[in-house]
Amino acid sequence: MAADALVALDHVDKWFGDLHVLKDVNLAVRRGEVVVVIGPSGSGKSTLCRAINRLETIDSGSISLDGRPLPQEGKALAELRSDVGMVFQSFNLFAHKTVLENVTLGPMKVRRTGRQEAEQRAMELLRRVGVDSQAGKYPAQLSGGQQQRVAIARALAMDPKVMLFDEPTSALDPEMIKEVLDVMVDLAQRGMTMIVVTHEMGFARTAADRVLFMSDGAVVEESTPDEFFSNPRTDRARDFLGKILKH
Amino acid sequence: MDDLLAERDLVLQAFWLTIQLAVLSGLCSLAFGTVLAAMRVGPISVLRGAATTYVTLVRNTPLLLMFIFVFVAAPNIGWFVGTPFLVKGVIAVSVYTSAFVCEAVRSGVNAVPLGQAEAARAIGLTFGQTMTSVVLPQAFRAVVPPMASVLIAMTKNTSIAAVFGLAELTFRMRYFANNSADDTTIFLTFALLYVVLVELISAGAIGLERRWRAAR
Ligand SMILES: Nc1ncnc2c1ncn2[C@@H]1O[C@H](COP(=O)(O)OP(=O)(O)OP(=O)(O)O)[C@@H](O)[C@H]1O
Ligand SMILES: [Mg+2]
Repeated sequence: MAADALVALDHVDKWFGDLHVLKDVNLAVRRGEVVVVIGPSGSGKSTLCRAINRLETIDSGSISLDGRPLPQEGKALAELRSDVGMVFQSFNLFAHKTVLENVTLGPMKVRRTGRQEAEQRAMELLRRVGVDSQAGKYPAQLSGGQQQRVAIARALAMDPKVMLFDEPTSALDPEMIKEVLDVMVDLAQRGMTMIVVTHEMGFARTAADRVLFMSDGAVVEESTPDEFFSNPRTDRARDFLGKILKH
Repeated sequence: MDDLLAERDLVLQAFWLTIQLAVLSGLCSLAFGTVLAAMRVGPISVLRGAATTYVTLVRNTPLLLMFIFVFVAAPNIGWFVGTPFLVKGVIAVSVYTSAFVCEAVRSGVNAVPLGQAEAARAIGLTFGQTMTSVVLPQAFRAVVPPMASVLIAMTKNTSIAAVFGLAELTFRMRYFANNSADDTTIFLTFALLYVVLVELISAGAIGLERRWRAAR
């Protein structure tokens, strides 16, 4: 199973001090697959995401990307990270750079792309996510939804093999959630491999191939979106869905 | 006043030397202090330890001691023999001031949200690139006022060079004061020259703050 997997986690464990935050997590994500990770607060979803590009180290087990285990700190790790796009809940756009500069920084510094080519490609991506008219502005001058779309363009500019999304819409006002989800659905339809932490069931139903339900650091349920939302197998998943559906 | 006018070349030379000391020391301190700050927040524990020790040592040592070391003690053990006085003065002031620059930059680095560095690393920038392209530019923007204070203190600290034979402003002031009865005018004149320098730094700081406000 791991042979054709783009992202493979094998018996991954992680502790924060005494807290066991990832418990024997196994996961294989195929090329082009969209996996949605769902679960209560503190269940380890962010940690799982961050472990995949080694923003968090793990204590045991292994993680590999495209057949290669994650390297230790250093140049090789930076190189691996450039192949993994990451979109954060709080956008994290570079505050001192314009929208355009945010998108060209990675290609120019990491891939050594020339400025002209990088800017041309950046404008294409910004157009694709619908914020090309904001290219000269600073992040603080944009709405949350616009900022998150720029963040997606910034990640795409590296031509990543896989995109990680950690609750990309949960810091957004309701009217902006859709514009970001639309971009993500489009991305999924173009065949991008995606791991998405989100509670947006609409997105999961439209775009996801698989839903993982995490609880207390363990993956306790794994199924198709339809199956998961209409007929959860575990009590914990049923309990959780009951809570988020009530709101 | 007449003395000053008659020998205004001496005054101007002294002013020019003070400017040289301040500008060269300022540039060296900013560069070295920034490197120290990067070492202090970096992942390599040996460098972190070295930079921390440097800052502790230097910050808790009087500047006069630094001058005595560079001008008197070091030549005795074969260092800086024949080095021009100006260079020695710049070394003494920079060694001292860079510790303060380091702390100012470090407080700026701490003010930059962690997510900025994480986003930089996530697109594949190395630690060095993350610092130079993302963290430090924002850190500098956050510490313009305290950095101006450090540079203003440094400008005034260059006066210690007078004791070691550099004919800068304070040196010249003592020269004129010793040879004239009009101490008050002489004092005011030289004080004013320092004020001019310090005001230039303040104005520069205000200008930078204004320019960078849009981007924050
Ligand atoms: N740097 C850290 N140090 C110590 N504990 C941490 C750290 N980061 C996260 N934790 C803890 O690890 C557990 C898992 O955190 P994680 O952020 O992965 O959860 P999550 O599922 O993403 O939750 P949320 O839905 O609130 O984002 C939580 O109990 C959290 O308090
Ligand atoms: Mg989280």
